[in-house]
Amino acid sequence: MIKIADAFLSGKAFIPFITCGDPDLETTAKLVRAAARSGADLIELGIPFSDPTAEGPVIQEANERALRAGTTTDKVFDLVQELRRDVAIPMVFMTYANVVFSYGTDRFLQNCAGAGIQGLILPDVPFEEKEEFDPACKAYGLELVSLIAPTSEDRIGRIAKEASGFVYCVSSLGVTGVRAEITTDIASMVQLVKREKDIPCAVGFGISTPEQARKMAAQADGVIVGSAIMKLVAKYGREAVPHVAEYVKEMKDAIRF
Amino acid sequence: MSKGRFGIHGGQYIPETLMNAVIELEEAYDYYKNDPDFNRELTELFNEYAGRPSRLYYASRMTEDLGGAKVYLKREDLNHTGAHKINNVLGQVLLAKRMGKTRVIAETGAGQHGVATATAAALMGMECVVYMGREDTIRQALNVYRMRLLGAEVRPVDNGTGTLKDAVSETFREWTNRIFDTHYVLGSVMGPHPFPTIVRDFQAVISKEIKEQILEKEGRLPDAVLACVGGGSNAIGAFYHFIPDEGVRLIGCEAAGGGVDTFETAATVATGRLGIFHGMKSYFCQDAFGQIAPVYSISAGLDYPGIGPEHAWLHDTGRAEYVPITDEEAVRAFEYLSRTEGIIPAIESAHAVAYARRLVPAMGKDQIVVINISGRGDKDCAAIARYRGEDIHD
Repeated sequence: MIKIADAFLSGKAFIPFITCGDPDLETTAKLVRAAARSGADLIELGIPFSDPTAEGPVIQEANERALRAGTTTDKVFDLVQELRRDVAIPMVFMTYANVVFSYGTDRFLQNCAGAGIQGLILPDVPFEEKEEFDPACKAYGLELVSLIAPTSEDRIGRIAKEASGFVYCVSSLGVTGVRAEITTDIASMVQLVKREKDIPCAVGFGISTPEQARKMAAQADGVIVGSAIMKLVAKYGREAVPHVAEYVKEMKDAIRF
Repeated sequence: MSKGRFGIHGGQYIPETLMNAVIELEEAYDYYKNDPDFNRELTELFNEYAGRPSRLYYASRMTEDLGGAKVYLKREDLNHTGAHKINNVLGQVLLAKRMGKTRVIAETGAGQHGVATATAAALMGMECVVYMGREDTIRQALNVYRMRLLGAEVRPVDNGTGTLKDAVSETFREWTNRIFDTHYVLGSVMGPHPFPTIVRDFQAVISKEIKEQILEKEGRLPDAVLACVGGGSNAIGAFYHFIPDEGVRLIGCEAAGGGVDTFETAATVATGRLGIFHGMKSYFCQDAFGQIAPVYSISAGLDYPGIGPEHAWLHDTGRAEYVPITDEEAVRAFEYLSRTEGIIPAIESAHAVAYARRLVPAMGKDQIVVINISGRGDKDCAAIARYRGEDIHD
C-alpha cells in the first residue's frame, strides 16, 4: 500500500504541484509520469476551482485554462485511476473546500480512496474547521494535510499535535507564486512542529530555483514547487513535458545532500 | 462546531496565514464593543459626520397610489456618502485605528462601500486601497473618481468575471500579503467570523432607529420590513432588531437579473445551494462540481454569488423570506419612486421598492410596510439610461 510517509524515506522529498487539466488531462497524465520518472517523491494534483483565493496569478490562470478545457472532478478521478496503473509514488489532491463539500464530502473521499489518492490539502480549511473533513478522511484512510504559516506562531504546536501525513510549511506571507527571496525563519517553524510531533515538514510557496530548494530542504524534509512548474506548462502547453521533466530532475538533484 | 455559526452557516474557512489576524480582530472587537469611549466616539461620528439618525419618511403618494398598506421609507440614502455602507465603515475603521493599523483595504461592487471606506480613511488619516472588478470600474466610473479624489488607490481586478466576487477574492489575497499594518474593511455581512457579526452590529443601528421612529409615529411595529439583499448588510441592519418580533415579516429582495430560470441571475436563495466560499458556509450560486457561478445583475452591488450566513439561517428557519426581483422590475421601480416621491433610489434599493409594489396593494390600509432605501441612485443614472437605450455621459 502506498503511503505519504514513503515520500520522505530516502532523503529530502521533492514535491511538484500540477494543476489537472491544464492544458488538458492527457498532458497532465504525461506530466505526472515524467515527474515521477525524474525523481519526484510525491505529487500534488490540483483540482481546478473557479476562485482559488490562495493562489497567485500563475496558478489562477492554470485553473482558468483547466476549467475552460472542460476539466471536472469526475474526470480528475478517472485520470488518477489511470495513472495508478504505473505510478507508484504517493499522490495528494490540492483543492478548495467547496470542490469537496459540493461533491459530497463522503462521496469525494470514497472516490479518492478508490482511485488511489493518499491525502488532501485544502488551503481554505484551517485547524478550526478541520472537523468538517478530517473524520471522513480518516474513515477512508486518507490524510488531511495541515498547513502552518509565518503568522501561525503559538498555533503551530496545536496544529502539529493533530497533523497527519506531513505538515505543509507556508514559506511566506501572501499567495502562491515565485519569489526572489524567502526571509521566513523556516528552521524555527519546523522545530516547533517537531517538538510536538515526529512528522515530516515540507516547505512551499515561492520556491523556484535549485538554490532556494537546497536552502529550504536544509531546514525541512521536503520542498513543494507549483508556480514555477505551471509557468512552464503555460509557456509550452502540450510540449511542456520534457521541460518539466528536466526541471524536476534539476530540483531533485539540488536537494540531494 | 467552530466559531461564528448561524445554524449550520458561517465559520472561518480561510487560509492559515489569516487565522491569527481574524482572532486578533475578534478579540479587539469583543473588547471595544463594550468600551464606553469607543462607543461615544462612534455615536458622535454617526450623528455629527454621517448625519444619523436617518429619516423614516411616510411616502404618502406611494401609499395612495398603491392603495394598500402605509409605506414608510427608511432614508439611508441621506447618509453622508449616499448609502448605508458608511455605518459599517465608520465602525470598522475606528476599530482598525484602535488596533494600531495604519492601512485599510476594501472590496467594492457598486463603489458605495469603496467610497465609504475611502471617506473614513481620509477622515481618520489611514492609507486606503480599494479593489474593484474591471467591469464595475466601467459601470461605476464616477465612484472610481470619487475614491481617487478622497485619496484612495483603486486597483481594478481583471481575474474571473471582473465583478464583486473577484474583488473580494483579490482583497483577501492582498490581506494575506500584508497583515501586520492592514485591516480588511469587509463591506457586507459575509466572509469569515467575526465579520458577519461585526458588520451586522454596526448596521443594526438601522433597525434600532426604525423601531423607535415607527413607535413614535404609529405607536406600533410595522407588518413588514423590506430590503434588498446581495451579501445582505443593509437587510440585516434593517431586520436585526425585529427578529424577535414574530409579527413583523422580514423580506429580502434578491437580484434575479434576467430571471431565476436563466443563467443571468444573482438570486442566491432562489437558485443557489449550500457551499463553502469566501470564508463561510452559506448558500452560493454554483455548478454541479462546486464551481462558483458567474452571476449577473444590473446592480453591481447585488452582483454577488453568495449571501451572508445569518441570512442563510433566517431563510432556513423561515424567519425571513427571500424573493427574486428581475432587472426589468428593478428599473421600473427606480423610475417609479423617482416620479412618485421625488426620490431616486440606488438600483440596489429599487429591488425592494419593486417588491413593495407587488406586496402593498394586497395588504390592508391599517397595515404598515417599511422599505429600506439603502442608497441614492445618482450613481446609477448613466447605466439605467443605457438600459433604456439612451446614451448619456457620466
